[in-house]
Amino acid sequence: MNLSPWIILFAPFVSAVVIVLITERFKKLSSYISVAAVAISFVFSVAVFFGQDGTASFNWIDLGTFQVKIGYLINDLTRLMLLIVTGVGLLIHIYSIGYMADDRGRSRYFCGLSLFMFSMLGIVLANNFIMMFIFWELVGFSSYLLIGHWFYRPAPPAAANKAFLANRLGDFGFMLGILLVWSASGTVTFDELSGHWSTLGLSPGFMTAAALLIFCGAIGKSAQFPLHVWLPDAMEGPTPVSALIHAATMVAAGVFMLVRTYFLFEPSSTALGVVLWIGLITSLLAALMATQQDDIKRVLAYSTLSQLGLMIAAVGLGAPQAGMFHLFTHASFKALLFLGAGSVIHSLHNEQNIWQMGGLQKKMPVTFWTFLIGTLALIACPPFAGFWSKDDILASADRNIPAFLGIAAVTYLTAFYMSRLFVVAFLGQPRSEQAGHAHESPSVMTVPLILLSIPACIAGFPFIASLFIKVPEHEGSPIGSMAVSLIAFAAGAASGYYLYKEKTKDSIQIPLFEHKFYIDEMYGSLIKWTQDLLANISGFVDRWVIDGTVVRGLGGITWGAGFALRFLQVGNLQAYAFLFGAGVVLLLYFILFGTK
Amino acid sequence: MVTLNDYLFASGLLFAIGFAGVLLRRNVIIIFMALELMLNAANLSLIGFSRYNVRDGLPDYNGQVLVFFIITVAAAEVTVGLAIIVALFRAKQTTHVEDMNTLKF
Repeated sequence: MNLSPWIILFAPFVSAVVIVLITERFKKLSSYISVAAVAISFVFSVAVFFGQDGTASFNWIDLGTFQVKIGYLINDLTRLMLLIVTGVGLLIHIYSIGYMADDRGRSRYFCGLSLFMFSMLGIVLANNFIMMFIFWELVGFSSYLLIGHWFYRPAPPAAANKAFLANRLGDFGFMLGILLVWSASGTVTFDELSGHWSTLGLSPGFMTAAALLIFCGAIGKSAQFPLHVWLPDAMEGPTPVSALIHAATMVAAGVFMLVRTYFLFEPSSTALGVVLWIGLITSLLAALMATQQDDIKRVLAYSTLSQLGLMIAAVGLGAPQAGMFHLFTHASFKALLFLGAGSVIHSLHNEQNIWQMGGLQKKMPVTFWTFLIGTLALIACPPFAGFWSKDDILASADRNIPAFLGIAAVTYLTAFYMSRLFVVAFLGQPRSEQAGHAHESPSVMTVPLILLSIPACIAGFPFIASLFIKVPEHEGSPIGSMAVSLIAFAAGAASGYYLYKEKTKDSIQIPLFEHKFYIDEMYGSLIKWTQDLLANISGFVDRWVIDGTVVRGLGGITWGAGFALRFLQVGNLQAYAFLFGAGVVLLLYFILFGTK
Repeated sequence: MVTLNDYLFASGLLFAIGFAGVLLRRNVIIIFMALELMLNAANLSLIGFSRYNVRDGLPDYNGQVLVFFIITVAAAEVTVGLAIIVALFRAKQTTHVEDMNTLKF
């Protein structure tokens, strides 16, 4: 039996347990244990990457007809995802040693990271829906822990709750979807399902419903509209967490899951259409919101939302490979951007407002250049990684004109807001005292930046990418989509650069975008409205049904009966004796003559 | 020949007279005496049953034993009852039941 997948999966788990039980007091040791665990996972992931396909499982719970199995499924998709998760994870763990050096909750933090790695790797390795769902929930839980790491401030716990609740909402649909699939096919194993699903002879409506319910899980986890609201708030967590969980891995789990279960979506064009439009809407909305944010991490968060929307849209376009390709490149350059942002925030003493930055080129050269590479990769500048993967998505939309235009618009907006971010945060003059005293971060933080910028530069080239992933083949000439992509990029980057060059405050004010289309407010008032309605109904029931009828009713009946019976109490001794005697006579009469 | 029925008839008559006394008389002491009469009506029927339930040439003594118990308990009851009547008289200066009607709302 091949042990490597189990080692990959359980090394971080062991690290989490050891940190909780033994080394909680020794903060430095805890962080090294955590890093070592990921390093082990990474090494074995590389081994698995060059190894064979395979699957294995054992029974975990056996309930006769229903068996819960724990097992792994290694194929191309798993290999790539393992490499992304452990590779990016390892760099971010190392970076965390520097970033969290002064934090007093370091042991807790690294324990959370290890737990997260365990859960994420569980999703990647899972060979059936039940196991995936278990780890899916674990990911949500560890994300909750990490977002709420600074629990003594007001915002992080609220953000953690929000993330958890939004995820739960999606997971509920996911669970229903799993139950539907299971009830229809009697199995939850991907291998068995992928072969049989379309031959089961199910009605198209049922297949669409099952696929869309499964998609609910991805909506929650990958923060798609309308459950996207948790991701920007999740930026309250430490920046490496944002990079690891909310950019490179956890939010990619939804896309990964869609690709893994693509056989469910393939037979239903309705489901694919919904997936496509949810992805596109998320992508466009998020890109528009990103243009008006002032917090460096929030811009990146909305950009993540937008890119995730593109990946989901790619799946909806029937090109899951293009989605995975973008996931692969995005993981590296988005982690790079977040870590770069973290480096800036760290050296500016927790300043996150881009209008308080500026003039960082000379003071933080490594961060500056790596961030520039990340930006260029994200905005699809050739020949950086993002250009190739985004072009693949665009090319796969060549028969769907509205989707094609949507993706082109997102490309333009991405270029626009990222150049705005870069110009405002890094160029020009320092606009605050902290920015004037900025200094480069320690090498434990800059080395991961440099390492991550390598794939951000080169991972997109077809001859390199094809080592990792089956790069989608284009039918016909890719020139058209490439030209559109280039024009959108150039227009966006140029307009962003010239609008914000040497500015000290935002030259465009669009409150609608700044307030995220008021979606949070809408949810807030919707929830308040529902809650008030429910409270009023239960108040009415409590006041009139419970109190009025049951409690007061019973009391009233007892009191009334007592009141009526009082009139029988005449107080005359002989009247009682007479009634008593009459009763006896009556009784005797019934006993002697009653039962004829 | 005196039969069991005669005993029972006499007993029933006594009981009826006692009950009538309880219902009709107004003086508590008389009511009390009527009550005693009812008790003794029960005693008489027990004696009758005892006398006529002969086994192996002997009457059933269980009935007679029960009568002794009743007489004893009745003596105790009379003591308590008379004490209550005395207490009532002290409180109300009367032994008529019409005046004892406070046991109502």
